[in-house]
Amino acid sequence: MKLIIGLIVLWPLIGFLFNGLGRNIWSKKVIAYKATGYIVMSFVFSILAFLNVQSNGAVTVHYFDFINTTSFKIPFDLKVDALSSLFLLVITGVGSLIHLYSTAYMKEEEAPHYARYFAYLNLFIFSMLLLVLGDNFVIMFIGWEGVGLCSYLLIGYWFTNSTYNYAAKKAFIMNRIGDLGFLLAIFWLIVKLGTLSYGSVLTAQSVAKLSTTDITGITLLLFVGAMGKSAQIPLYTWLPDAMAGPTPVSALIHAATMVTAGIYMITRANILFSASAFTQHVVAIVGISTALLAATIAIKQNDIKKVLAYSTVSQLGYMFLGLGVGAYSGAVFHVITHAFFKALLFLGAGSVIHAMHHEQDIRKMGGLKSRLPITHITFLIGCIAIAGVPPFSGFFSKDEILAAAFAKSPIYWVLGVMGAAMTAFYMFRLYATTFLGQFRGTQEQAHHLHESPIAMTLPLILLAVASAIAGAIGIPSLMGGHHWLSHQLAPIVGEAHESVLSHSTEWVLMGASVSIAVIALLIAVNRYKRQTDGEPQTAFGKFLYNKWYVDELYQNAIVDPLNKFAGFLKNVIEKNVIDGAVNGTGKLVQYSARKIRFIQSGQVGNYILFMVLSLVLLFIIWFNDISILKFFFKLTHKS
Amino acid sequence: MFLLLFLLIPIIAATALLFVKKEQAINLISIGSGVLTLLCALYIIVNKTGSFDASWLPVLNSRFLLQADGVSKILILLTAISFPAIFIATVNNQTNQKNIFLSLLLFTQTGLMGVFLAGDALLFYFFYELALIPVYFLCSIWGGEKRIAVTFKFFIYTFLGSLFMLIGIIFLYSNTLDHSFLIESLKHANVTPGQSATAFALFFIAFAIKMPIFPLHTWQPDTYEQSPSAVTMVLSAVMVKMGLYGIIRWLMPLFPEAFLAHSNMVIILSVIGILYASFIAIRQDDLKRLIAYSSIAHIGLMSAALFSHNQAGVQGVLVQLFSHGINVLGLWIIADIIEQQTGTRSMMALGGLAKQQPTLAILLVGFAFANIALPLTNAFIGEFLMFNSLFQFNPWIAAAAGVSVILAAIYTLNMVQKVAYGEVSAATSLMQVPNKNAQGVLIVLLVIVFLTGVYPQPLFDLTADTLKQLFVK
Repeated sequence: MKLIIGLIVLWPLIGFLFNGLGRNIWSKKVIAYKATGYIVMSFVFSILAFLNVQSNGAVTVHYFDFINTTSFKIPFDLKVDALSSLFLLVITGVGSLIHLYSTAYMKEEEAPHYARYFAYLNLFIFSMLLLVLGDNFVIMFIGWEGVGLCSYLLIGYWFTNSTYNYAAKKAFIMNRIGDLGFLLAIFWLIVKLGTLSYGSVLTAQSVAKLSTTDITGITLLLFVGAMGKSAQIPLYTWLPDAMAGPTPVSALIHAATMVTAGIYMITRANILFSASAFTQHVVAIVGISTALLAATIAIKQNDIKKVLAYSTVSQLGYMFLGLGVGAYSGAVFHVITHAFFKALLFLGAGSVIHAMHHEQDIRKMGGLKSRLPITHITFLIGCIAIAGVPPFSGFFSKDEILAAAFAKSPIYWVLGVMGAAMTAFYMFRLYATTFLGQFRGTQEQAHHLHESPIAMTLPLILLAVASAIAGAIGIPSLMGGHHWLSHQLAPIVGEAHESVLSHSTEWVLMGASVSIAVIALLIAVNRYKRQTDGEPQTAFGKFLYNKWYVDELYQNAIVDPLNKFAGFLKNVIEKNVIDGAVNGTGKLVQYSARKIRFIQSGQVGNYILFMVLSLVLLFIIWFNDISILKFFFKLTHKS
Repeated sequence: MFLLLFLLIPIIAATALLFVKKEQAINLISIGSGVLTLLCALYIIVNKTGSFDASWLPVLNSRFLLQADGVSKILILLTAISFPAIFIATVNNQTNQKNIFLSLLLFTQTGLMGVFLAGDALLFYFFYELALIPVYFLCSIWGGEKRIAVTFKFFIYTFLGSLFMLIGIIFLYSNTLDHSFLIESLKHANVTPGQSATAFALFFIAFAIKMPIFPLHTWQPDTYEQSPSAVTMVLSAVMVKMGLYGIIRWLMPLFPEAFLAHSNMVIILSVIGILYASFIAIRQDDLKRLIAYSSIAHIGLMSAALFSHNQAGVQGVLVQLFSHGINVLGLWIIADIIEQQTGTRSMMALGGLAKQQPTLAILLVGFAFANIALPLTNAFIGEFLMFNSLFQFNPWIAAAAGVSVILAAIYTLNMVQKVAYGEVSAATSLMQVPNKNAQGVLIVLLVIVFLTGVYPQPLFDLTADTLKQLFVK
């Protein structure tokens, strides 16, 4: 098992080194085969590990001691259990498909850049696997920052474009703000518990050792980390900008895997979060607020990837709502289904962009239904899945979160359903504007319009199938299912409680949310199959179109003042005050020297006078005795 | 006896260089001596070595005592890696009277080695100053435009600091029972707590200026900017470690009470310095000044962690002494290549390095992420332990210092963006031929970055004995 788990992580690392070091050597064919092959290998080994967990339970393997101090130890241990094995399958499975897709999508790149792209992508998988496999918070943190690095590198992949570079930098820095929270939580745990291994931290005994303040503080700080990585208010603005990267990257990193790291982390540490009601409230409120905020923005966006990006932020918000109300397995369920349908939607968008020669504005598309049949049908499946229409996967996972939210507070449910309605609306607005109606592009584009090659459509098809049926892993008992997933996760998040809601209530809630979503999607299709949105006219429309002016707010309220402050330190304090004092001292010495040199007058009498005075002074200091003064006094007065 | 080689090899090479004029011979001698020293350093790390003891100034009862424990060894290793790396990386730089230049550098190496080996306080002081004097000449002869004023300031500033230490040493010495400069004797000097605190302050000022600790740092950016690159590398990678080493070797054992009593003040100053330098780094346009302020911030963290007096934290500092040297050396070498080939250090004028010289850009990104302590790079190990120890000392101070983690990302990624990304600028287009020698050195350094970042255990093992001495009760 040690070898298998090790290899799951090592294959992508080998791929990274192979393509990274050989970027000037290999042909594009070799690069593509190798890069995809290593991830597929990782997937195969992940299946083995998953099966092993099914039959033998969780395994922890020790490799070496990473940081070995006199007071605490951080071993390099990896753990495969019910939770991490699921994530393994999603990461390597979706990862393989996206690698395959990329081989065609990126084929216009020159070989060295092609290699660079795949090297980054492999490195990302490596980091993500470390993140979920680590058996303590430091190994998780290695992966945590590693995926941030890869995200940075891939957003800025086209490095000559300075807008992309800003987006990349923004992503990394906002993530780092979260990372600081994560780090402080780690230190707090070390101080209180002296260990970071899940096996000893995430137990009832450890929780008992911590005071309420400790638990609340630690969980809030962990949540700050999750906010950064999973793009929650207030640290979400990097994710829409991250769409600057190649589209498969958006699918893999900024939708399916990396951004769900925060959900993984909280699920992993659920025992701590459940112990702090305050933190849970914060998580739920931040989650639902993000879900709604992002949904309102998505309604007004015209860039196909921007709509999907805000949709991702919004769906992540749902997952945090689930975590906040204690529906851990529901949140993980939504991570899995979302990974399928959001990867599908992004790859579909990529296929559209590919066909449209890098056009991303949906107002200039339309009528693509007949020209891109596979893309169209798979994209539609994705939209239905995310809108929460049964029996597609999104329905089951979203419903589970909403039901749990209702049990906690009906207000959460109402807000959640509002968000779901908006989701259905903006997704079908996107769908209708892009695929229905008349083609609105140029002649040239119309001429070249084509369905994508098999390497791109195959992943679409497979993901569409998954998006359609993945709900099967979590069919609630209400519908006669036995919810495989929640039993699967029981060792980590505890057995799912018998629902406090009566069956009839659940049916009503479900019916209400589904019908509202369906109505919203019908309105959207009806409205946008013939027309597109013009420039926003109303003040509110402009407000949404401009994303609530949050970026502007951050710029004016935080970035600019800090920049000014830094400038003040540099130009005033450093230059004039501190260095001024140093140079002033130097000048004072020179000045005094100029004055004092007059003492050296060349007259022997003067020198003797000074000698005597100095001697007197010395005596006073040494013997601490002023009798000598009196002696001199008498001496001078006699004569 | 063996330890004497660390002084003799550079001195012999330095002397030989004075009489050699041929370029090839000059390079052979300098690089050869550097490599030889490195081999010796590797030898003492693997093998146990005795100390070297000879009579030196019998009148004062000062001994020529050389000894090496973990912290000495790790800094000797750093010094021994840095010098040949610098020689090789700058071998093609145009330098007037190159033999003298290199000879002075080798004298500096002697001084540095002496500092890290000396077991006698007077001998320590002697080497402490010896390392400084060749640097004075190097800067004031081969430096940039403002070299005279800047070097003068640097020299007076640090020299003044050392004088305080000398007074401290003499004061303690005069109160020892057996009139000796050995550390054991000084430790048991017959002084009152008040006198001990005064002596502590005298030592501390010397080390604080050398590190430097805020607000005694203003000599550093100017000096780094004006010195010839090779000297900047020596100053920044190795010489600032003299201050930290001084604290570990002398301050902590000699004045344990005063050390703890002043920890609050020093930590607060250090943390202010970390944030202050990080903010200023954000607004730098000059590549060298940016690295200088970044380095001040990193050193500030090390001094704060030392004074938080936590075993794991000090372990972090011991590892970071080495890691910081390697990382900052890498950054300086890159800055030097860029300046040599483009004639500018202004980041506004740069850009597009990734297109022009991809390999160098990759190396830059590698060292940039080491500079912000990304996990699996060497700096993460040290910074993790140091922040952790600050957190144990006081969570709020740790949180404040932790903001530098974000600020470091800002200024470092700014630098990467301005230098490496974007379209090729006019200045960058001058970079026609990659500097293979320097790139080779950078690759080796980057391998060290990742090796010690993934598996730092050897560094912990190497410094375990120092840690034991410091925390033995």
